[in-house]
Amino acid sequence: MSEFIQQIINGLSVGAMYALIAIGYTLVYGVLRFINFAHSDVFMVGSFVGFYSGKALGGTSWAGGLGVMAASMVGCALLGILIERLAYKPLRSRSKLTVLITAIGVSMLLQNVGQLVFGANPQPFPDTLPATTFQVGGVVVSSKDLVVLGFTLCLLGALEYIVLKTKVGTAMRAVAFNPQAASLMGINIDWIISFTFGLGSALAAAGGFLWAYKFPKIEPFMGVAPGLTAFVAAVLGGIGNITGAALGGLLLGVIETLVKGSRWSTWTEAIAFVLLILILLFKPAGLLGRVQAEKV
Amino acid sequence: MKHPGARRWFLVAAVLSLGLGWAQDRLDPYFVDILTRIGINVILAVSLNLINGHTGQFSLGHAGFMGVGAYTAAALTLFAGPKLLPAGAGFWVEQLWFLVALAGAGLVAALAGLLVGAPSLRLKGDYLAIVTLGFGQIIAVIFRNIESLGGALGLNGIPARTNLFWAFAAAALTVYVVTALVNSTYGRGFLATHDDEVAAEAMGMNTTRYKIVAFVTGAFFAGIAGGLSGHFTLTINPKGFDFNKSIEIVVMVIVGGMGRTVGVIIAAVLLTLLPEGLRMLSGVSPSLKWIGETRPLLYAILLIALMILRPQGLFTWKRKKGAVVA
Repeated sequence: MSEFIQQIINGLSVGAMYALIAIGYTLVYGVLRFINFAHSDVFMVGSFVGFYSGKALGGTSWAGGLGVMAASMVGCALLGILIERLAYKPLRSRSKLTVLITAIGVSMLLQNVGQLVFGANPQPFPDTLPATTFQVGGVVVSSKDLVVLGFTLCLLGALEYIVLKTKVGTAMRAVAFNPQAASLMGINIDWIISFTFGLGSALAAAGGFLWAYKFPKIEPFMGVAPGLTAFVAAVLGGIGNITGAALGGLLLGVIETLVKGSRWSTWTEAIAFVLLILILLFKPAGLLGRVQAEKV
Repeated sequence: MKHPGARRWFLVAAVLSLGLGWAQDRLDPYFVDILTRIGINVILAVSLNLINGHTGQFSLGHAGFMGVGAYTAAALTLFAGPKLLPAGAGFWVEQLWFLVALAGAGLVAALAGLLVGAPSLRLKGDYLAIVTLGFGQIIAVIFRNIESLGGALGLNGIPARTNLFWAFAAAALTVYVVTALVNSTYGRGFLATHDDEVAAEAMGMNTTRYKIVAFVTGAFFAGIAGGLSGHFTLTINPKGFDFNKSIEIVVMVIVGGMGRTVGVIIAAVLLTLLPEGLRMLSGVSPSLKWIGETRPLLYAILLIALMILRPQGLFTWKRKKGAVVA
């Protein structure tokens, strides 16, 4: 039983990080209606920015760790905006397929430039945040899991505030609802799209930093697997729906961790996709999504 | 499938493949190696072009079907062959059995295509891309878990059966079938699905069925290419049919021009030669060694630049009204 609880805690913290990435997919899908393939590599860049700034800073402290995380978030927000401006904006009026292919290209570009800069070998991530383990009634809890969960909750709260309570957030929702009408109301669509990319990338970067904190080995292709799982999480929750993405991330994290701990562990990588196919077959709108008729 | 143009090309290609088969032992092994890979890549690119180009869907799992074919064909020649065929069977029996293995590879891959396609082709654009990508992933996991097929290590000691004749005959067949299919009355449905799905449906077409036919046909030829590839490299493992391989084929289709068979063939040839060229460049001096590893980076830049500057592909020219779709 205690092992089971341990697995659940572990799964929740992995799921929290999936949620952070999944929200980026969902946000971008909301305003632009396309899957940002490069998002998983922004996550990777996030942990590498953490790697370099953590090394430059040195030492292990709460303030330092937070600073490093903030640095990766800011760095990746800028990267996200840059990608959007250079690669996706020129294609805004073209077919969705064109944008999708470009996104795949950007993803490959980030991975391979990453490989040129960092090298292909995994590197140990510096301990920027303190970590201990303690026991609660026979259950061994790593403080890392709690930190990941806590940070994620704070970030989700902040996101909720931005999207629901601020002017920018209202504009984001308006653009997602109907871009043309939003622009007629005087909303600067280009600015809102850039902001959305920045916001999503910042969350992915936080995810990347926390991921490297929990699994302290990083390499340029580390984003691929969590990125795909997080995408499935976004679809599971109903793409375009922020709460759904968070819920889907947590669910997938727990499911994956439980499978990994069972005797079907070699099938772990296939789980997310089997789930994806099942969702698309039986509930294509996802858990919290609404079915939308396609407008012609 | 009446089409004089396609048939003429098919005849040329058939003669070419016979000639190449005859020349096999007289050519430098290095060239035979490159030519065989060109043949296989042409099959892969042209068959993917039917799905991604002519029909306007976006599959990212073509290598998965190739893998299904490679494993099927290898199992047929490696395990089933020795049991069914008389010991010490001659050259022709072996070749005939290889034909059976290739056909089996294509059929099993087509079946896999049906299994994946039937549920997922109701989806549009990016979702289909992700599902096919996921399929590629799942296939690799499945092969890794089947111990009798070598698990993660893969299969070794596959007999060398692929030669220039098989590679180019299969390539000719692929080009012929795809061209004739797209140019047939039935095949206009693929183009209609590509051009405007909603309008096509409004005209009473069952676009899902067209998509499935394209998908299954594409998977069939990918399976054959897999069978050829396995009996050419003599060893296969799940890693060889992953996302990177799929992307390689997608790049060929995009560089050549989606829906343009001739362009795609040219792109397949050039992109097969590209790594050789890079290798040669990197061999010139130690300071140029890094060039040999830049292929994925080049692919990435190529994809982005093409999409922004020339989304119709490098080797396309305007299609004449009423002209053959080639």
